Amino acid sequence: MSPTTIFAPVSTPADSIFELSRFVLAVTAGIFVVVFALLVYAVVRFRRKPDDDGSEPPQVYGSYEVELAWTIIPVLIVVALFLATARVIASIQHPPKPRDALDVVVIGHQYWWEYRYPAFGVVTANELHVPVSDPARPTPTFLTLLSADTDHSFWVPRLAGKTDLIPNHPNSMWIDPRETGLYLGQCAQYCGTQHAKMLLRVYVDSPEDFERWIEAQRRPAPANDAVTRGREIFETTACVNCHTVRGTPAEGTFGPDLTHLMSRETIAAGAAPNTPENLRIWIRDPDALKPGSLMPAMNLSDEDANAVTQYMESLR
Amino acid sequence: MTTASIPWTERDAAPRPLVERLHEWVTTVDHKRLGVMYIGYALVFLVIGGIEAMIMRIQLIAPHNDFVSPQVFNRMFTMHGTTMIFFVAMPLVFGFANYLVPLMIGARDMAFPRLNALSFWLSAFGGLLLYFSFLGGSGLYGAGSAPDVGWFAYAPLTAKTFSPGHSTDYWTLSLLVSGFGSIGTAINILTTIVCMRCPGMTLGRMPLFAWLSLTMAGLVILAVSPLSAAQIMLLVDRYLGGHFFDTQAGGSAVVWMHFFWVFGHPEVYVLVIPAFAAVSEIIPVFSRKPIFGYPVMVAATVCIGFISMSVWAHHMFTVGMSPAANGFFVLSTMAIAVPTGIKIFNWLATMWGGKVQFRTPMLFCTAFLFQFLVAGLTGIMLGSAPFDWQLGNSYFVVAHFHYVIVGAILFALFGGFYYWFPKFSGRMYSEPLGKLHFWLFVIGFHLTFDCMHVPGLLGMPRRIYTYEPGRGWDTWNLLVTIGVVFQGVATLVFVGNLVWSYFKGEDAGSDPWDAWTLEWSTESPPPVYNFAVLPVVQSRRPLWDLKHPEDPDWKYE
Repeated sequence: MSPTTIFAPVSTPADSIFELSRFVLAVTAGIFVVVFALLVYAVVRFRRKPDDDGSEPPQVYGSYEVELAWTIIPVLIVVALFLATARVIASIQHPPKPRDALDVVVIGHQYWWEYRYPAFGVVTANELHVPVSDPARPTPTFLTLLSADTDHSFWVPRLAGKTDLIPNHPNSMWIDPRETGLYLGQCAQYCGTQHAKMLLRVYVDSPEDFERWIEAQRRPAPANDAVTRGREIFETTACVNCHTVRGTPAEGTFGPDLTHLMSRETIAAGAAPNTPENLRIWIRDPDALKPGSLMPAMNLSDEDANAVTQYMESLR
Repeated sequence: MTTASIPWTERDAAPRPLVERLHEWVTTVDHKRLGVMYIGYALVFLVIGGIEAMIMRIQLIAPHNDFVSPQVFNRMFTMHGTTMIFFVAMPLVFGFANYLVPLMIGARDMAFPRLNALSFWLSAFGGLLLYFSFLGGSGLYGAGSAPDVGWFAYAPLTAKTFSPGHSTDYWTLSLLVSGFGSIGTAINILTTIVCMRCPGMTLGRMPLFAWLSLTMAGLVILAVSPLSAAQIMLLVDRYLGGHFFDTQAGGSAVVWMHFFWVFGHPEVYVLVIPAFAAVSEIIPVFSRKPIFGYPVMVAATVCIGFISMSVWAHHMFTVGMSPAANGFFVLSTMAIAVPTGIKIFNWLATMWGGKVQFRTPMLFCTAFLFQFLVAGLTGIMLGSAPFDWQLGNSYFVVAHFHYVIVGAILFALFGGFYYWFPKFSGRMYSEPLGKLHFWLFVIGFHLTFDCMHVPGLLGMPRRIYTYEPGRGWDTWNLLVTIGVVFQGVATLVFVGNLVWSYFKGEDAGSDPWDAWTLEWSTESPPPVYNFAVLPVVQSRRPLWDLKHPEDPDWKYE
């Protein structure tokens, strides 16, 4: 099964859409069968026969009774479809918000995602963690959608429909995934050169796992004397203009927060697995993994690149 | 009414030097020549836009393919969309309307022949301006690049910050210039139909083609004006320090979306209504019956014209509108299915009880009916806002609108090409080549665009230059690309047929289809003055009346 199919929902908004889509598909399939059958019949039955005498068929100009029939029936179908649609719009756009709901601010950047958990003071990037929501005692996640630059769109098909992230135009959406696991998606509004590699990864954790994850994220970056050289290079080059490592002088906000980089499974917004080799490639030449990404190549020597990579690997 | 004309055609004159003949084309104000130039110009851009599509499809044939860079891919989809809408579809429908409307309503030319020429050259200049960006996008030293902001160019991607250089300016200026051309032509068509009808041609007796062209022209004026306004605002933002769409200075990205789609949705009907127009002429002639329910067809068309002005924000269901706004646009979008359905049923009823001859034009119209039905039904799915939250901006949308633009509009216009080619050229096209074109194109179309729906349902967004493996998209994308090959070959057959038939085709005579509208009463190709004596009509099918004096239409209308 495709991990991004819209037909395997695990969260209420995606469920309601799936239900509506089955109704709409059934109605349209019915219309298709009827009209298609009429068309095929007309093509077969009224084709000019090879032994035709060349005379003109009876000239029929129209019939208001028939016209009325094929006006009223479609009107009724449209009314039914509209009512079904309106109900789902209201249920998804006006949800009840329980007190246990988690708030996350999602900020779209050119080719990566920033996630902020205001209640916990946690900032992370590209991999969203949310708690699983027990239908008996729902703990949904409410996302506030912002953009730092161009338009983006948050789309994880198994969790919910997409909503755009537009600068100066805060949006919101919500999910209540009932099964733990990893759900995939990607940016669905063209945002520039690397729109294609602005991938979404949503980890739905058990309440305990989520608790553990958020606690780990709240801690400042671990200090490690073994990587002092890499840290020095990091802090004395332009890296710090864009990246934050909490508890150090690195406080840039243009790029992803690296405080707990090694807690993430991928780098470059899901473009590559987070391995030491990929990290080294990324630090030396981001275009090798993601041409057009806004991170510049730092022109570090092999030795320095290795040292910075080791420093990154210490950010657990 | 009479079919007599002065027995002199251009073919009788001694051949003149090439330069002189070219000069005649460049300076012409004859609606037929301008119509042919519109169509020829559109065909050139059709091939260019098709090549851009092929480049994209080769890139997407497999995940993580490396045929072109992301930058090039993004330019390709921007140029493909812009070219196909503004420099293929628009000139095609204007070309047909320009050529046929005066002939069908018994006029000798358009109301404003010189405005007609100006409009054509403005549109043509717009197309050249767009493609000049490849060379001059960064100044005049030949280091250009085409625009890469997408054909709907959402703000703030078009702001100076995100689009430095001039490629976006070329996009803006080319649409502005060709937009003025479109408005000029629309005013011309509108005036011609209102003021230039021959004696007896009341509005109620006009061929449906003329009625639909009238609606199309009205829509062009209403739709292209806001687009032109938005382009001017964008230029003000980029060069005069304006902040209409500049979000970093408090502008609104959503306002651009509204401006663009207030143009963009009626635009779909600007293109599809002329397709309806061709189908409404071809189906009756090849079914040997008058169009079923003429007054209802006219009413449904005008109704579609009005409703199409109030559905634009169904392109914006994902931008976070209020539930009430979403509900309104769901209702208006679905409402348009009613008059559209009426049209489909009337075409079917026209075939019903007839003696249908499946010559090439009719084959294309039959495929049109089937494909337009499917396009309408996927449109209803997308019109259901929550369903659109899943499907919007996915490959399902891409498949849907290509079903409309290729499956419906292009098929109908191909039908129109074959139907009116004898009138344009005086020669008959090759029927076997026409049928080969049809079947190859049908196979290619369905392979490409049927398969394209599926990756959308499986979560594949549009406008991505590459995609991840393991998402169930690979096979479908391969099939989509294979279909493109068939469409490419079919298009070559089509162009080959046109060229071969133009020089070697049989003499078509003035009325090869035994048809009923006025263009078939004059020679093929028609003389400069169209009609030696202006016709007088008494019914919707003047040539039927002439051919069947014992049973004329005007007895029943």
